[in-house]
Amino acid sequence: MSDTQQANSVQPRKRRGAELVLLVLALGVAVGAYAVVGVAVTGHISSQIVSYALGLVLLVGIAHLVVRFRAPYADPILLPCVVLLNGLGLALIHRLDLSKVKAAQDAGEAMPRVDAPAQLTWTAVGVAAFIAMLLLVRDHRWLQRATYTALFAGVALLLLPLVPGIGVRFQGAQIWVRFAGLSFQPGEVAKMLLIVFFAGYLVVKKEALALAGRRFLGLDLPRGRDLGPILAAWFISLAILVFQRDLGTAVLFFGVFVIMLYVATERPGWLFLGGTMFVGGAWFAYIAATQLHISQFSHIANRVNAWLHPFDPANANGAYQIIQSLYGFAYGGLLGRGLGEGHPTLVPLAKSDFIAAVIGEELGLTGLMAILLLYGVIVERGLRTALVCRDQYGKLLAIGVASVFAIQVFVVIGGVTKLIPLTGLTTPFLSYGGSSLVANWALVALMLRISDFARRPAAVLPPAPTEDALTQVVVVRR
Amino acid sequence: MNRSIRRVAVAFMVLFLALLANANYIQVFQASDLNDRADNKRVTLDEYARERGPIMVGGTQVAYSVKTKDDLVYLRRYRDPQLYGHLTGYYSYVLGRRGLEKAENSVLAGTDDRLFVRRIVDLITNRQPQGGSVLLTINPKAQQAAYDALGNNRGAVVAIEPSTGKILAMVSKPTYDPNQLSSHDANSILKAANRLGDNSDRPMENRAAQRRYPPGSTFKLVTAAAALSSGRFNPNTQLPAPAQLDLPLTTFNMKNWQNGLCGPAPQVTLTEALATSCNTAFAGLGLKVGDKALRQQAEKFGFGQEYLSDLNASTSVFPKELNTPQLAQSSIGQYDVAATPLQMAMVSAGIANGGKVMQPYVVAKVSGPDLKTLEVTDPQTLSQAVSGDVAGQLTQMMVNVVDHGTGAPVKIDGVSVAGKTGTAQTTPDKPPYAWFASFAPANAPQVAVAVVIEHANVGRNEISGGKLAAPVAKAVMRAVIGR
Repeated sequence: MSDTQQANSVQPRKRRGAELVLLVLALGVAVGAYAVVGVAVTGHISSQIVSYALGLVLLVGIAHLVVRFRAPYADPILLPCVVLLNGLGLALIHRLDLSKVKAAQDAGEAMPRVDAPAQLTWTAVGVAAFIAMLLLVRDHRWLQRATYTALFAGVALLLLPLVPGIGVRFQGAQIWVRFAGLSFQPGEVAKMLLIVFFAGYLVVKKEALALAGRRFLGLDLPRGRDLGPILAAWFISLAILVFQRDLGTAVLFFGVFVIMLYVATERPGWLFLGGTMFVGGAWFAYIAATQLHISQFSHIANRVNAWLHPFDPANANGAYQIIQSLYGFAYGGLLGRGLGEGHPTLVPLAKSDFIAAVIGEELGLTGLMAILLLYGVIVERGLRTALVCRDQYGKLLAIGVASVFAIQVFVVIGGVTKLIPLTGLTTPFLSYGGSSLVANWALVALMLRISDFARRPAAVLPPAPTEDALTQVVVVRR
Repeated sequence: MNRSIRRVAVAFMVLFLALLANANYIQVFQASDLNDRADNKRVTLDEYARERGPIMVGGTQVAYSVKTKDDLVYLRRYRDPQLYGHLTGYYSYVLGRRGLEKAENSVLAGTDDRLFVRRIVDLITNRQPQGGSVLLTINPKAQQAAYDALGNNRGAVVAIEPSTGKILAMVSKPTYDPNQLSSHDANSILKAANRLGDNSDRPMENRAAQRRYPPGSTFKLVTAAAALSSGRFNPNTQLPAPAQLDLPLTTFNMKNWQNGLCGPAPQVTLTEALATSCNTAFAGLGLKVGDKALRQQAEKFGFGQEYLSDLNASTSVFPKELNTPQLAQSSIGQYDVAATPLQMAMVSAGIANGGKVMQPYVVAKVSGPDLKTLEVTDPQTLSQAVSGDVAGQLTQMMVNVVDHGTGAPVKIDGVSVAGKTGTAQTTPDKPPYAWFASFAPANAPQVAVAVVIEHANVGRNEISGGKLAAPVAKAVMRAVIGR
C-alpha cells in the first residue's frame, strides 16, 4: 500500500467531542479509584478527595482546551488513555501511602512521608510540559533544525549522573542527579532529545544507510562504512550499562535506535545486525560477570540468575523482590482482591518499579490486561500516526515515541512478571516519579503535535466541492 | 517507510501478546502453586484475618483466637499451655504450624472442603469466614493426673481407651508454652524458639509419641504373647531360669536384675517369670520362639507401623537380622528394640481388648463454625495381635505381676489391675529408664496406661519401673475409673 492511498483514508474530522467524553470517563475512573482505596484501607473516603478531584479536573480540562485550540486534528484517544493511566497511578500511590500511614499509626511511629501529593504536583508539571510543548512547537518539523543540539544535550544529560557531587547512586544504579534538594533522572528527558536526534539524522542519512553491502543468509547487510552510527549507539548503551548500571535505559536506547534505523532504511539487515549486537553484548556482560568476575557486570548476572532460578536459596537476596511480585500476581488471580484489599506493601519498591504488581494483586488479571491494552492502544495510535504522517521526519519521530512506550512497557512489565530478567524502568504514567511523568507527558504532546499535522486536511485543497467533485480524486501534498 | 512501520507494529503486537499470555500463565495457571508456597506471607496474613476455630478438650477451649488491633488481627491463645502444648502445637506466623494446629489446619482455618458451602454463603453475604472446631479425645482429669504425677521428672505418659483406641491422656515433660511461639511479636517468638531449641532437655519434643526408648522388661509382654500364640507354651510352662545365661558367640553373660535366681528354684513357670521379670527365663524363651515369630508378634502390636500421624508419631522398631545373643537381648526389650510410650500403651491396650489392637486417635469430632458436626472419628482396628484366649492368659499373668510381683505399687483398692514393670538399661553412664505398662480394671478394661521416666532426681539404685513409673500409671488409672 502506498503512502498516497493511506493518506486518502484520513478523516478530516476533529473528534474533539469524543476526546472530551473519553476524558470524563477516565477522570471518573481515576477519582472513583481514589475514593475506593480510601474506603478500603481506612474505612472512609480520604479528606483530600475534593481538592484532588478538582485539581485533576482542572489540569485535564486545560490540557483538553489547549489540544482543542492548538492541535484540533490531534488523535482523540491518546490523551484520555494517558489521563486514565496517570489518574490510576495516583490512586495506587495514594493507596500505598495509606497503608504506610496505617502501619506507622499501629506501631505508634511518626507519620511517614506520603507521595501522592508530590505525584499530583508532578502531574501538574507534566501537564504544563505537555501544554508548553504544544504551544511552543507549532510544527514538529521545526525540531529537525535542532538535530545536533538534541544529540549534545541528550548525551550531556545522560552523562550528568556520573558527575561527582550531583550524581546519586540508588539501588545500585547511578541514574539520578540531586540539585537544590530536588532529584530527577536526566535519562528520562534524554529519551526525547535522542529521538529528535535519531529522526533528524536518519531522515538525512537514510539513503546512504539503505545501500546494501554484502548479502548474507538472504539478508542484505549494510556497508561497513555505514556502521558508525549503530556502533556509536551500541557503545553509548554499553557505557550506560557499565557506568550507570542501568540495564533498562541501555536496552531502551539501543532498541529505539535500531527500530528507527530499520524504519528509515527498510533494511532488515540493520535489525539483524542490531539484534546480534544486543544479544552478543548481553551475553558478554553475563559471561564477564559469571566467568571473569568483573564486578561492573555483576548486577546483570544477579538479575539473570534471579530470573532463571528465583526460588533457588542461592539467589535469596536478589530474587526476593520478584518472588514477592509473583506472589502478588498469584494472590490477585483472575479478578483481583479489590483496590485496597491486598498486601502490595510486601513488594519492595511497589510505588515505582513494581506498580504493575499492585495492579495485578488488587485489580487481578482483568485489571492488568486492561492496563496492558491501554498501553497497546497508546502504541497503536503512535504507529498509526507514523503510518498516516506525510513527512518522513514526522514518521520517524512518531515511530521513536511509539517505540519508547512499547519497549519501556514490555521491559518493565515483562520484568515484574518474570517473562524476562528484571530491569529498573518506570511504568509510563503509573509509577511514582517526577522526571518520568514529565518526560512522558512531553512525549505524548509531541505525538499529538505530529498526529495533528498528519490528520489535518492538506493545506491546498481542490476547489469547493460540486456535485461531481464527490467522485474526484483528492490531490494530496507529498 | 510504511512497510517497515507495519512490520514494527506486528513485532510490538507480538511483544504485547507475550505480556498478556505470561500474565495469564502466572495469575491463572501458576497461581495456586505460588499461593501454596511456605514463604508466601499473603496467605498467612489472610489466614490471620479470619477467626480460627478452637481446639476443645471436654467443654473447654484449649486453643482459641482473640481479636487484636494489630495487622495480624487474630491472636492465637492457649489455655493450660503446659498441659496441652504437645497436643495443640503452636500457630506462629514466623515458625508456621505444629501439632494439631498443623494436622487439622484446614478445618481450623475454615478452608476445608467440607466447609465449602459455608464459604460460598460467607462470600455472598460478605461475612468474614470462620474456622471450625476440633474436639479431642482427651479426658481432662486423666491428663491432669498424668501431668501432676510426673512431677518434675523427665518422661511421658500415654493413656488409651482399649476398646476404641481413643487417647485419654498424653503428657510429655518437660513441656513448653505455645503462647510464646504464637505471639504477634517476631522478636519474642524467635527468642523463645531459640531458648527452647537450645535446651538440651528438648521440651518441644512430644516424648509420648515421638521419642523411642528401649522398652526393657515391658517388652516381655510381647515375648510372652509370641510364646503363648505359638501353642508350644502355656502360662504354667516351666522355663529354665539360671542366675546367668551364657550367651553363645559372646563373652557376655545375661544376668537377672538383682544378680540372683528369679525364684527359689532354677526353674520358674512363665507366669512367675513375668511376675519377677526374670531376664534369663525370657531370653531363653525368646531363643526358643525365634526371631521371626517375635518380630511378627511385635508388628501385630504396631511395631514398624505408622499411626497417629496427626501428631507426627514415630514408628517403633523391632530390629531385622538378629544373631543369637542379639535375639536374646531383644527378647527382653534391649539391644536395638525401640518403642514409643504410645506403642507400649497400645500393647497393654491390645491385651486388655481381647487381643484386638485399635488404631489410636486423638481427634474425636470435627465441627463447622456453626457447631454442626462434620465428622466423628470411628474406631478402627489396627490388627488382631493375639487370640482372645492368649489375651486372657496374658491378662491373668499381668494381674499376677501387680498382685504378687514387681507391679505391687500400682494396686488399687477394690479394682483388679494388670501391669508390667520395666527398667531399661541405656549406656552405663546414664541412669536406666523406668517403665510401666498397665490397664484397669482387668476384668472390664477402661484404660491402658504406659509410663516412661527418663530421669528422676533419685539415686541410681532407686530407679525401677515399679518404684518410679507405676505410681504415675496408678494415678492416671484412678482418674479414669474414678477410684
